[in-house]
Amino acid sequence: MFLIRDAHLLAPSVKRFWVGAPRVAKHWRPGQFVIVRVDIDGERIPLTIVDGNKDEGTICLIVQAVGATTQAINLLEAGDSLTDVVGPLGTPSVIDTLGNVVVIGGGVGTAIAYPVARALHEAGSRVQAIIGGRSREYVILEAELSEVCEKVYPATDDGSYGWPGLVTDVLSDLLKRGGPIDHVFAMGPIPMMRAVSEVTRPGHIKTTVSLNPIMVDGTGMCGGCRVLVGGGTKFACVDGPEFDAHLVDFDILSTRNGAYQEFELAQAASCRAAPS
Amino acid sequence: MSPVSRKDRMSLPRTAMPERDPVERAHGFDEVNLGFTTQMAVLEAQRCLLCPRPKCVDGCPVGVRIDEFVRHVAAGDFGAAAATISADNSLPAICGRVCLQEKQCEGACVLTRKDRPIAIGHLERFVADFSRTHRVDRETPSPEKTGKRVAVVGSGPAGLSCAFDLIRSGHEVTLFEALHELGGVLVYGIPEYRLPKAIVAAEIDRLRDLGVEFVTNAPIGLAETLSDLLESFDAVFVGVGAGLPVFLGVPGEHLVGVYSANEFLTRVNLMRAYKSGTATPVHDVKGKRVAVIGGGNTAIDAVRTALRLGAADASIVYRRTEAEMPARHEEIRHAREEGVGFEFLTAPVEFLGGSDGRLRALRIVRMELAPPVGEARPLPVPIAGSDVEVPVDVAIVAAGNGPSPLLRKSAPDLIHGARGTVQADPATGRTSMKGVFAGGDIVTGGATVILAMGAGRRAAASIGEYLRSGQWEIAATEEAAG
Ligand SMILES: Cc1cc2nc3c(=O)[nH]c(=O)nc-3n(C[C@H](O)[C@H](O)[C@H](O)COP(=O)(O)OP(=O)(O)OC[C@H]3O[C@@H](n4cnc5c(N)ncnc54)[C@H](O)[C@@H]3O)c2cc1C
Ligand SMILES: Cc1cc2nc3c(=O)[nH]c(=O)nc-3n(C[C@H](O)[C@H](O)[C@H](O)COP(=O)(O)OP(=O)(O)OC[C@H]3O[C@@H](n4cnc5c(N)ncnc54)[C@H](O)[C@@H]3O)c2cc1C
Ligand code: SF4
Ligand code: SF4
Ligand code: FES
Repeated sequence: MFLIRDAHLLAPSVKRFWVGAPRVAKHWRPGQFVIVRVDIDGERIPLTIVDGNKDEGTICLIVQAVGATTQAINLLEAGDSLTDVVGPLGTPSVIDTLGNVVVIGGGVGTAIAYPVARALHEAGSRVQAIIGGRSREYVILEAELSEVCEKVYPATDDGSYGWPGLVTDVLSDLLKRGGPIDHVFAMGPIPMMRAVSEVTRPGHIKTTVSLNPIMVDGTGMCGGCRVLVGGGTKFACVDGPEFDAHLVDFDILSTRNGAYQEFELAQAASCRAAPS
Repeated sequence: MSPVSRKDRMSLPRTAMPERDPVERAHGFDEVNLGFTTQMAVLEAQRCLLCPRPKCVDGCPVGVRIDEFVRHVAAGDFGAAAATISADNSLPAICGRVCLQEKQCEGACVLTRKDRPIAIGHLERFVADFSRTHRVDRETPSPEKTGKRVAVVGSGPAGLSCAFDLIRSGHEVTLFEALHELGGVLVYGIPEYRLPKAIVAAEIDRLRDLGVEFVTNAPIGLAETLSDLLESFDAVFVGVGAGLPVFLGVPGEHLVGVYSANEFLTRVNLMRAYKSGTATPVHDVKGKRVAVIGGGNTAIDAVRTALRLGAADASIVYRRTEAEMPARHEEIRHAREEGVGFEFLTAPVEFLGGSDGRLRALRIVRMELAPPVGEARPLPVPIAGSDVEVPVDVAIVAAGNGPSPLLRKSAPDLIHGARGTVQADPATGRTSMKGVFAGGDIVTGGATVILAMGAGRRAAASIGEYLRSGQWEIAATEEAAG
C-alpha cells in the first residue's frame, strides 16, 4: 500500500498528490513515470513523476480525471492509499545544456513538462515555457515554472488569461520574433504535440514529445504501447516515452489510443475532461 | 510391487486423465484436467517396467528419478514419491501440468514404442497435489543461518526455484519482481484452466513460510541497479525472463484489434479481464472472428482463451504443419475438442484495416515446406499467387518472445548475446559481472518452465559455493563469454 500524504485540487478535475513511494523517490529521474493501481481489481495506468523528495520518500503526481481510473484516483484524499505504485519506468529525458529551450505543456501535459523544464534549467539551459489551458482555471503550475524559466507564457483557448489562443500561436510568434530556439519539448494532447511538431519541422528545430499510448505493464512485456517512430516499432514504456517529434506517426498513436473507447463509454459515469 | 508380469504390464492401456467436458470447459476458466484419483495413480504406476537403466530419466531435463518415484506411487507411498521428486524438481505441481512430456520424460520412456508411455506428468502432478493437500512432504528442518544475503530478480520459475534452494541452505533471500503479482509467466501467461493460480500461489506461500522476503513493484535496473544490489547483498541472481513480444513486421500490425499474445493473455490472466468488476478492458471478442498467429503454447493459450471469452470463431494460423507445432500435444488435442480451428501452411502477409483504423481482415498466403537442412525444421516457403483475404475482427500475434529489456541499459558490465540474452555459464549461472548469476529464459531465450527451474537451482548451488569460498574465477567463466 502506498500512502497518500497530501492531495490538493490544482484545477477543475486536476489534482496534485504526494504519495509515499520511497523506492521511486530514491531512483527517479525527469521524464520517467510510474504505473499505478488504485485497488486490487484496478487497471494499471501510467502517470508521470512530477517531483520527488528523497528524504521524505515521497513523489508528486498530478492527475487529470478523464475516465474511470483517473476519476477514482481523484476521489482519494490524504490518508487514503494506492494499492500499487511501480517505478520508476521509462527512459529518462536526455538533459543537457541544450542552449535556448522552449518547453510546452498543454493541459495536464504541463505536469509532464515541469520536471523536464526544471532539469534543463538546472543543467544550465535557458528555458522558456508555454502552457496552455481551456480557460484561466485550467492553467497549472505557472508559479512553479516561473522559478525555473526565464519566461512563462500562459495561453487560453477562450482568451480568459494570457495569450488568447493556442500554444502553437505563441511558439510561432517566438519564432517570428527571431529569438534563437535550439530545442522544443512538447507534452500534452496528441493534436497539440502534432501541431507543435508541424511548426518546428520547416526550420528543423529539434523537437521532443512525450507520447502517451495505452499501457498495461510498462515493462516491455505486452507491446500494447507500441508506436511507429521513424518507420520502426518502438515500445513507448521502455524506449520512450520521449521521442523525436518529427519521426512520430501521430495518426497511428491517436487511433490506437481510441481502442477501448466503447468499453470506456460503457463504464459508468464517464466524464470527459476537456483537452486544452 | 505389483504381481502382474512384465509382459502383461506392457499390454495394459495408459490410464486416461479425467477431463472436464469440452462443451462445458470451452466457456469457462476452470481447470480442464481433473487429476488422477489415488486408484488411477497406483494403477498407472504399476504399469511401469522399472527399467534397470531408465530412459525416462535421461529424457527429463533435470533428471527426476522417475523410476524411483513411480515405484513409490505403485506401492502407495506418496510421501516417499514426493521426496524423490523434490530432490530434483522444486515445482512438481507446476511441471507435472506444463512440461512438454511427450518430448521429454514420456518421449523417452521405453513404452512409447508401444504408444503407451507411462503418464509421468500426470503422476508427478498427482504426487505434488497429494503432498500439498495432505502435507506429507512439508517438514524441512530449519537450516543453520549463514548470515549471507542474496537478491533474486524476477519471480518466474527460475527465480522461485533459486530462492527455494537458497533459503533452504540458510541464506537470507529477498526476491524483487517488477509486476504487482508474483509468478512470472506462470501467472500472466499460462491460463487458469491449465495452471490454476492457486497452485502457483501455494508455491509462493511455501517460500514465504520459509522466510523469503518478496518485494513487488520493483523494476530492477530502473529502480536499484545490479551494482546497487551488490552493495547490500552478497550475490544476485537474475531471472528476468524473455517477456518481450516479437511482432511479425508485416504491414498493418499497428491497427486496433491486433494484439501480441502477451498483451491479450496479460489482460485476461494478470488483470482478470474475464471477470466482471475488474477495470482492465480486453477487446470484446464475443461473437467475433479471432485469428491467432503461431504454433507454440502461447498461441494455443491465446486461441483457447479467445474461445472462452465467447469468440464465434477462433483459429490458429500456422505456417508449418501440425507435426512441427512446438505446443504440447495435449494442448493441441484439447483445443481441437473445444472447437478451435487450424489453418496450417498459412502465414499472414498483411493486416487490413477499415477507415476507422480497426482490423477487418487478414491477407494470408499459403505455404509449402521445403526439405529441412540438417537438424532444422522444414522451412516454409510461400506459394506465389496463393494469397487471399479472410475477414477477421481480432488478430493475436504469438510469434515468440525476446529477452526482457528492462535491465539491459543499466547493466553495462553484463555481457549480452547478439539477441539481447544475458551470457551466463550453463553449469553455474555465473555472468561477466562478479557476484551476479543468471538463468532461465533471460539466458536461453524463450524456453520451458523445467529448464528455467533447472537453471535456477544450478545457480543456487553455485551461489552457495561462491558465498562459502569467495572464489569467483572458476574455469567455467571462460566458456560463459564464448
Ligand atoms: C507515459 C505516460 C505518462 C502519463 N502521465 C500522466 C500524468 O502525469 N497525469 C495524467 O493525468 N495523465 C497522464 N497520462 C495519461 C493517463 O495515463 C490516462 O489518462 C489514463 O490512463 C486514463 O485512464 P482512465 O481509466 O481514467 O481513463 P479511460 O477510461 O481509460 O480513458 C478515458 C479517455 O482517455 C483516453 N485515454 C486512455 N488512455 C490514455 C492515455 N494513455 N493517454 C491519453 N488519453 C488516454 C481514452 O481514449 C478516453 O477517451 C500519462 C500517460 C502515459 C502513457
Ligand atoms: C503463454 C505462455 C505459455 C507457455 N507455456 C509453457 C508450457 O506449457 N510449458 C513450458 O514448459 N513452458 C511454457 N512457456 C514458457 C515458460 O513459461 C518460460 O520458459 C518460463 O516461464 C521462463 O521462466 P523464467 O523464470 O526464466 O522467466 P519468467 O517466467 O518470464 O519470469 C520473469 C519474471 O521477471 C520479471 N522481471 C523482468 N524484468 C525485471 C526487472 N528488471 N526487475 C524485476 N523483475 C523483472 C518479470 O515481470 C517476470 O515476472 C510458456 C510461455 C508463455 C508466454
Ligand atoms: S520435470 Fe517434467 S520432464 Fe521431468 S519428469 Fe517431471 S514432467 Fe517429466
Ligand atoms: S522408461 Fe518408462 S517404463 Fe521404463 S522406468 Fe521409465 S517410466 Fe518406467
Ligand atoms: S506497456 Fe506493455 S510493453 Fe509497454
